Amino acid sequence: MRRPASRTGAAHDGVQGSHGGSAVSEMPAELTRVQELVYELKIAQIMTRDVITVTPDCAIRDLKELLRVKRISGVPVLQDGALVGMISIENVIRALEKGELDATVGDKMTRQVQSVYADDSVVSAVRLFARLGYGRFPVVDSERHLAGILTKGDIVRGLLHQMEVQWHTEEIHRYRASHIFEDIESDQTGLILRYFVRPHDFVHGGEASSKIKRALERLGAHPRVVRRVAVATYEAETNVMIHTYGGEIIAEVRPERMRLTVVDSGPGIDDIERAMQPGYSTAPDWIRELGFGAGMGLNNIKACADEMKLNSEVGVGTRLELIFALQ
Amino acid sequence: MTLEDVLAAIDGKAISTGIDLSTSVAMSCGADLMSDVLTFTHAGTLLLTGLTNPQVIRTAEMAGIQAVVFVRGKYPPPETIALAEEEGIPLLASRYTMYETCGRLYQAGLPSCGLFELASKTWLEAFGEEAGQQDRRGP
Repeated sequence: MRRPASRTGAAHDGVQGSHGGSAVSEMPAELTRVQELVYELKIAQIMTRDVITVTPDCAIRDLKELLRVKRISGVPVLQDGALVGMISIENVIRALEKGELDATVGDKMTRQVQSVYADDSVVSAVRLFARLGYGRFPVVDSERHLAGILTKGDIVRGLLHQMEVQWHTEEIHRYRASHIFEDIESDQTGLILRYFVRPHDFVHGGEASSKIKRALERLGAHPRVVRRVAVATYEAETNVMIHTYGGEIIAEVRPERMRLTVVDSGPGIDDIERAMQPGYSTAPDWIRELGFGAGMGLNNIKACADEMKLNSEVGVGTRLELIFALQ
Repeated sequence: MTLEDVLAAIDGKAISTGIDLSTSVAMSCGADLMSDVLTFTHAGTLLLTGLTNPQVIRTAEMAGIQAVVFVRGKYPPPETIALAEEEGIPLLASRYTMYETCGRLYQAGLPSCGLFELASKTWLEAFGEEAGQQDRRGP
């Protein structure tokens, strides 16, 4: 589990244990999501796995120190690996009252142990907490070996964590950024995305295109248009990566169309007409070995975009402007 | 054709763990030039390639490639596998050459991506005759 290993919550919880009324048992009925989760979640998913245990021959005096130092309120008692009892801070207090600090855990422990199964749903434990008022239950696996310990604090933490996880997943799945075009009122709403492209960086190359593709998908553009934009952007991004001193890609998205501007800071193309000829390439060998630089990029960009403008000045840089209809 | 059928036809292996072998591919493209992949494929294509660098995966992502088969017994480096996992693109391996891998799949009934306007134009310029039936599935 992803929660902190500290068991301070368990101690607090355990002291209150016999008072009944816990957060879990008093949850209002309208919290249907929590109710669902209580049925869905297995005890194994939320229990504390690192259990501190004692043996029956442990002195109450030593147990008192263990509970204090570890800040816990009760532990399972194991003999030869088998669960034989539970002992809690209440047993210790009663022993203290009688001046029996030298007695053993075996003398004072509760032998009628109520345990829960790791693969049972959390709801069974919630019912037991409400009915019996214990502060904790040992958790056993199908062979009745101790697998963990469960407190009300574990349940509350487990539920909160799971709700957070589900909320995030839902947000990612359901959130469609296309709402922004309806939610935000203006005479003309547009979204501007800007990405920097580093020269010769084949490790991160393509990330800008990948992000633009994802943005368009989230904005609800048609998959065919998204593919055309993605391919053209990626061709342009690799061109900047291969041939220039670096540059940037600016995507300006409006509900009905988008403009993609790719600018770099040189060296510039001396003969655009020749650069547009299929198969013409100035790419070095190492680029060709990576599968690029076949001299088809600009042609492919032109085929993908609805409009294309290419301007370049040697020593200054190149500016490529593409328009895509989105509707 | 499902990825399971693909593996059977090429006697291949899955590189990615936990891939859904019932995923289907509609057509295939064999290329060592990523520029070709970006120009001459459609969404839903199975890519056969001998290149193993991570840009193959980026290219596949952009072109909407359904799955990638590395031919000639090549095994991709970890960064390629990691990127493919991130993008959810299944990776397969074939010990056969590009030609034989293509041939086996074509024989098993997996079609090509068809003819393309761009290629037809070049053909027309070179030979001055009709390129034949346009068979373009994509936009």
